[in-house]
Amino acid sequence: MTKTATKKTVELVHLSLNNVSVGYDGAVVVSDIHMTLGNGQIGCLLGPSGCGKSTLLRAIAGFEPVMGGEIAMAGQLLSSTNSTLPPEKRKIGMVFQDLALFPHLNVEENIAFGLRGWPQAQKVARIQALLSLVGLPGMEKRYPHALSGGQQQRIALARAMAPRPKLLLLDEPFSGLDASLSEALVPEVREMLLQEEMSALLVTHNQMEAFTMADQVAVMCEGRILQNDTAYNVYHCPETPFVADFVGEGDFLSGIVIDSFSVQTALGVLRSPEPHHFAASQSVEVLVRPDDLLHDDESRVTGEIIAKRFRGSHFLYRIELPSKQRLFCFASSHHNHALGEHIGITLDLDHLVMFSRSS
Amino acid sequence: MRHVSWLGASSVLIAAVLALPVLVIVGFVFSGSLDVWQHLYETVLADYVINSLLLMLGVSVGVLLLGVPTAWLTSICDFPGRWLFSWALLLPLAVPAYIIAYTYTGMLDAAGPLQTLLREQMGWAYGDYWFFNIRSLPGAIVMLTLVLYPYVYLLTRAALLERSASILEAGRTLGYSRFQGLLVLSLPMARPAIIAGLTLALMETLADYGTVQYFGISTFTTGIFRTFYGFGDTAAAAQLAAMLLSFVVLLIVLERYSRRRSRYYVAKGRPATLVVLSGIKGWLAFGICLLPLLLGFIVPALQLGYWSLAEAEIDREFIGLIWNSFYLACITALLAVVLATLLAYAKRLHPKPMVNGAVATASMGYALPGTIIAIGIIIPLTWLDHTLIAWARQWFSADIGLVFSGTLVALVFAYTVRFLAVSFGAVESGMQKIKPNIDNAARLLGDRPLQVLYKIYLPLMKGSILTAFLIVFVDTLKELPATLILRPFNFNTLAVRAHELASDERLADAAPASLLIVLVGLVPVILLSRSISLTMNERTSLHKG
Repeated sequence: MTKTATKKTVELVHLSLNNVSVGYDGAVVVSDIHMTLGNGQIGCLLGPSGCGKSTLLRAIAGFEPVMGGEIAMAGQLLSSTNSTLPPEKRKIGMVFQDLALFPHLNVEENIAFGLRGWPQAQKVARIQALLSLVGLPGMEKRYPHALSGGQQQRIALARAMAPRPKLLLLDEPFSGLDASLSEALVPEVREMLLQEEMSALLVTHNQMEAFTMADQVAVMCEGRILQNDTAYNVYHCPETPFVADFVGEGDFLSGIVIDSFSVQTALGVLRSPEPHHFAASQSVEVLVRPDDLLHDDESRVTGEIIAKRFRGSHFLYRIELPSKQRLFCFASSHHNHALGEHIGITLDLDHLVMFSRSS
Repeated sequence: MRHVSWLGASSVLIAAVLALPVLVIVGFVFSGSLDVWQHLYETVLADYVINSLLLMLGVSVGVLLLGVPTAWLTSICDFPGRWLFSWALLLPLAVPAYIIAYTYTGMLDAAGPLQTLLREQMGWAYGDYWFFNIRSLPGAIVMLTLVLYPYVYLLTRAALLERSASILEAGRTLGYSRFQGLLVLSLPMARPAIIAGLTLALMETLADYGTVQYFGISTFTTGIFRTFYGFGDTAAAAQLAAMLLSFVVLLIVLERYSRRRSRYYVAKGRPATLVVLSGIKGWLAFGICLLPLLLGFIVPALQLGYWSLAEAEIDREFIGLIWNSFYLACITALLAVVLATLLAYAKRLHPKPMVNGAVATASMGYALPGTIIAIGIIIPLTWLDHTLIAWARQWFSADIGLVFSGTLVALVFAYTVRFLAVSFGAVESGMQKIKPNIDNAARLLGDRPLQVLYKIYLPLMKGSILTAFLIVFVDTLKELPATLILRPFNFNTLAVRAHELASDERLADAAPASLLIVLVGLVPVILLSRSISLTMNERTSLHKG
């Protein structure tokens, strides 16, 4: 999308999925999918493996037909029950999990592959612009096998962005890289997408990738989208126990509702600034993130350290309360305590995230 | 440390002995007299070069036309009979070119059933009509094509099967339809494999003696024979062999290069789904795949079977032929497997330049035409024998006769030079499946290297060793030109006898020996096709997993 094109586009909703279901051989893999992505936005489908996120992505790309519902982009219907626009006609780019660089073509030819019919001068200019965007100028004549994993990644991105697709899909593109490399590359890729003003949808099982890349994160489980929200809200205001559990570390602290503002727990009475909708004396689970639990020598609530992990800047302690309830607790790495030691802890919750106890 | 040097030294020694024939031929390139060249150049050389080149050109076109489309169809499309064809298209590999040439000559020449039927039906007399003369250069091209296309088929198919689904999907997201993607992505990615297959077919073409000799075409191999036997001119024969060798070396270089490229061109991943060809398209694909199978295997095999049943008798002589062929093949295969195992083990224990070089030298022979090897062996062995005879006469006043050149020693030597690479390939691939830590564990538990070889490797490698044995056995059985040159006087094998009978126009009498060679030749082809279907199953299970 060029700048002028962006201004001309009136509608804010770019990609829309309306009640989409997808499956193979009669078995439904994803269903009941409602989702929209704004123009120039970066969205993310986050979920454990097998949740159907890649299948959904392949349906958006046009590799899988939909069993029900509709997929539309910029007002054009892409997929419905009785029609599927073939992938090559969708103007949707994709970065594949295995990158799928063409091994017999060099970098330049790989990037130029989608620029069929472009005038030569523009083609060359586009390739040069992309190579400098992805930080690999001068690599035109290299072959994919002579590139490092990170470089291959960048070329795959450049190739997918080259024809200026209306939407870029990224299918677990960082899963083949080691942790430190992908940590450096993910924010860079976001910058590249923003510079190209590219609407994009990322599929990943890695929440750090999701948080770093995406304006909007859709958490998926067993073929459904459970919550589609900003990264902050997905972490701090999960709407289902699965989202709370899958995104970030945390524990559920059992409690009994006292009134519409407070809950009795092993860590004392917790108060919510806003009223919640649980009835008094109902059994609930309160989400406690490790960063909600502070190490405080002054506190009269103590717990025994039963495990600890050193993470450089801080410790992650596993604390067992007298009620046998176990919780994670972050503490500065200056607070080095031994296993078996009892330390004081306090809860620092902005708001209560509660679910009714299932059992 | 003593064993280190022992293994390394023996591998170098083996390589040196096996490299002898090539060194002799190469020596003649530099030491040959100008007169010989002058003579060859003025008389027959142009014929040899032109015919060999035309043969290579024709076979190239032929094997590409038969090999690539069939590989394409059986790996990318689904149509009636695809599974059957995917392995059956290899069957013509079991038929030596000279045997298919005899068979088709028997069927198609003027006295054959086809032309006789034509004359009877149409009331024509011989000479009244035009009929394809099989005993010609085009005829030889067709014969060689029919049995050599499987090389192109095999390697192309393997490359096409490796294609990953996401490569084609990437093509689609970049605006190419599925079919366009197959053309602009899959086919170019298979190109190095296609070239590698082509070079293998061309090496066999250059090595062929039986077909071109039978059809009366002057090529390098027939030229070497004529110069050697007809004119008794060893130097000139060696010169011609050296020139042929340079052609072969060119092909080897091209083949190695293509294979290296094709490793890079492979994109592994989720296998792509097949394009279903239904209705008329499916049957067209069926026909395209049936044609080479029919002409390259089914028709000649049926004809050989018919002749064998109808006219030939299994007599004492035939039993003798079988015995000669089989024990010769057994000795060669045993020797090749033992040497290959030693070399492979030496290479694994000491992957030093010296050992690697020795292994590369020792396995060079497979690319060489049997004619070159035979000439390269007979020259030094004759010299050795004459030296020995003179020596024995001088010191013991004894006449010991020809110890090496007139005996099976020369023959087994030649076969081993030619086929060691085959057994080495099979043995090494088996050895590579054994993880290095298994040796380390055995060594730490107190075994010496040779004990490790005996107690760990051999039991684990039974399958590959058997495969190596079988392939060398069959290749030895089929080998014609080296056997013709080096066999002891009056010593016949199945291949030699089939060749002699066919040359005497006793084609039906040649059928039992030919048929037996083909049937035994089926064994490694079946092994090959089984390993192919195994890898296919592995791929499918990977896909499911």
